[in-house]
Amino acid sequence: MTAEALPVAGTRSLRGRHLLGIQGLTQEEILLILDTADAMKEIASRPIKKVPTLRGRTVVNLFFEPSTRTRTSFEVAEKRLSADTLSIATAVSSVVKGETLVDTVLNLEAMSPDIIVMRHSSSGAAHLVARIGRSHVVNAGDGLHEHPTQALLDAFTIREHKGTIAGLKVAIVGDLFHSRVFRSNAILLDTLGAEVHVCAPATLLPPAIGRFGVRATTRIEEAVDGADVVMMLRIQQERMHGHFFPNTREYFEEFGLTPERAKLAKADAIIMHPGPMNRGVEIASEVADGPYSVILEQVANGVAVRMAVLYLLAGGGEEQAA
Amino acid sequence: MKLLLKGGHVVDPVRGLNGPADVLVEGERIARVGTSIPGDGASIVEVPAGWLVVPGLIDMHVHLREPGQEHKETVATGTAAAVAGGFTAVACMPNTEPVNDHAAVTELILRRAAEAGQARVYPIGAVSRGSKGEQLADIAELKRAGCVAISDDGRPVATALLMRRALEYAGMFGMPVIDHCEDSSLKADGVAHEGYHASRLGLRGIPAAAEALMVERDVTLADVAGAPVHIAHMSVRGSLRAVRAGKERGVRVTCEVTPHHLVLTDEALEGYDTNVKMNPPLRDLADRDALIEGLADGSIDAIATDHAPHHYDEKLVEFDRAPFGIVGLETAVALVFDRLVHAGRITVNRMIELMSVNPARILNVPGGTLAGGAPADITLLAPDMPTTISAAALRSKSKNTPFDGWTLRGGVAATIVGGRLVYVNPGAPGAANLEGRRVAAG
Ligand SMILES: [Zn+2]
Repeated sequence: MTAEALPVAGTRSLRGRHLLGIQGLTQEEILLILDTADAMKEIASRPIKKVPTLRGRTVVNLFFEPSTRTRTSFEVAEKRLSADTLSIATAVSSVVKGETLVDTVLNLEAMSPDIIVMRHSSSGAAHLVARIGRSHVVNAGDGLHEHPTQALLDAFTIREHKGTIAGLKVAIVGDLFHSRVFRSNAILLDTLGAEVHVCAPATLLPPAIGRFGVRATTRIEEAVDGADVVMMLRIQQERMHGHFFPNTREYFEEFGLTPERAKLAKADAIIMHPGPMNRGVEIASEVADGPYSVILEQVANGVAVRMAVLYLLAGGGEEQAA
Repeated sequence: MKLLLKGGHVVDPVRGLNGPADVLVEGERIARVGTSIPGDGASIVEVPAGWLVVPGLIDMHVHLREPGQEHKETVATGTAAAVAGGFTAVACMPNTEPVNDHAAVTELILRRAAEAGQARVYPIGAVSRGSKGEQLADIAELKRAGCVAISDDGRPVATALLMRRALEYAGMFGMPVIDHCEDSSLKADGVAHEGYHASRLGLRGIPAAAEALMVERDVTLADVAGAPVHIAHMSVRGSLRAVRAGKERGVRVTCEVTPHHLVLTDEALEGYDTNVKMNPPLRDLADRDALIEGLADGSIDAIATDHAPHHYDEKLVEFDRAPFGIVGLETAVALVFDRLVHAGRITVNRMIELMSVNPARILNVPGGTLAGGAPADITLLAPDMPTTISAAALRSKSKNTPFDGWTLRGGVAATIVGGRLVYVNPGAPGAANLEGRRVAAG
């Protein structure tokens, strides 16, 4: 592997062995990942979209919670880096037979994987795995906690359109309470100097939101007004009939991103959504498919950002030295 | 057989003693406390300088897990842990398997305690059959078998009507109702204090109001029933407010807090260590400070550990799947000394009120004083001894403590139950002259 084939800058590296969350990353580390992703994105435009960077390395995708989107994105990233991959989903995992997470991981570790990419419904599950195992752990979403690669790909997409993140007004609207995308983005955007405004029904605002470094409101117009970026979050179907709000029709009327509300944002604002979308619930189709939507670019950028993370955790230093 | 403890610093809040004195034990009882008691015929223990001689500590809230969960703890291991922690007596909660809701379970626990021959054990019976919150348990039978209070601890007494009836009925027998105060609907599937840390870590919250609401209810009902209620492991300032207001208007309400709620806050959640998962959860700084104030000003009556042993494997899981609770018997004294007494928050005299005098009074059990005729339950404390907590070295069968590796100032030197020296801390300076007199368990 030559520096020319994979033009990643110099000697910078991540301090930690794992990517468990945005919490704990410095501004420099975040920018390193974004810069590395720039180089990775170039690979996707080549006729042969593959580099040998992680050849001989094994990556296990351990998904205890269904997520076709994130899992596929990681798998594509791993294949483009030539890693050997193994994907384990809930249905076939031994957890259903009563085996603990710790046992599952110790069994996998016996096969010496280099990286475990993990999605789990319990907050902190990736931390537990990082503590007990030897592999590098990439958190692909843990409970209500963090989804760091999603926030990184969001930042990457914003930077592509706006050139920078510092000083932008970013509105994040939707089910903040259940959103790990929100928690990761709140930290990342704050670290890079954006002004984050969030909006949700009072029932879906995380407790102590005032200490997240964001400005919270229950009026979407206020959040979206003058925004450079509007990021809509998914309302989860299974929670619609809880005590959170009366029904989806009322939700859309009060909190949905309609074309009229989208007009309150800056003329060149971009519209984002981590997917999968509920059209007509959190976002109107006209907006989702409109000229300012970057929702599909987010998906494409996800692969580049995940390649960057895998590369920096397991491949980076040694490949540079070789 | 006579035993003379010579030269210690005696603290007995009940008798207003706080100074150098000798303590003479005859058989299982205290004979007298005074200066320069002649040694005639007694076996003499020279108490090393700096040690405190205090009425045996009483932990009014522990879980001994037997019957039913002996892999976590047994009456024997739990009482061994108790004496190593300076406790001469413990009151054990009824959430065993089966629940201690009838005499046979109470009798089993008492038999095991007698066989172990360590700390005294005072069983607490269930409020309701199976602690299910439906029908009252056989309370008179429990009382006759030896229960000193009733509680459905682990669960709140969910309906106000059952709580009222329990207070009225147990009140006839002079038994307090000890309530685990928590509104289950507000708690929902919460696993940690609802506040900034849980919120950012994505842990579902248990709001402070879930506890305070229930304490308000209990104070109101204790007033209606004219019977004593005791609030278990109180953790938030709203609860303290309710207790203070109740006390002011003469309601028979008492309450306890645990050492961990006095030492840690929800900041400890960072890192997802399941050894900081307890119920009630670690609260925020303002709650902790309010509780410490309540200790000092007398609003809080007791420090109890809520000793909750869990097996290593049960805690080595995702945070939201782990059971609630930590062990506390062997860490309480060092934590209280270091963080409260040496920190100038409470006096030694107040510490003994909270850990011996008041628990005895609330449960109507002997002890809590070194008065002549009282049981010779005595704890020897070394206030300046450095104590390093080692989870591996705990006598409890379970090692689930967040304090592993902490070094604290102050600890337990020795424990005497019924005139028998049942525990000597080999690390205590000057302990060598005691070791030979230790009575083997039997
Ligand atoms: Zn308890």
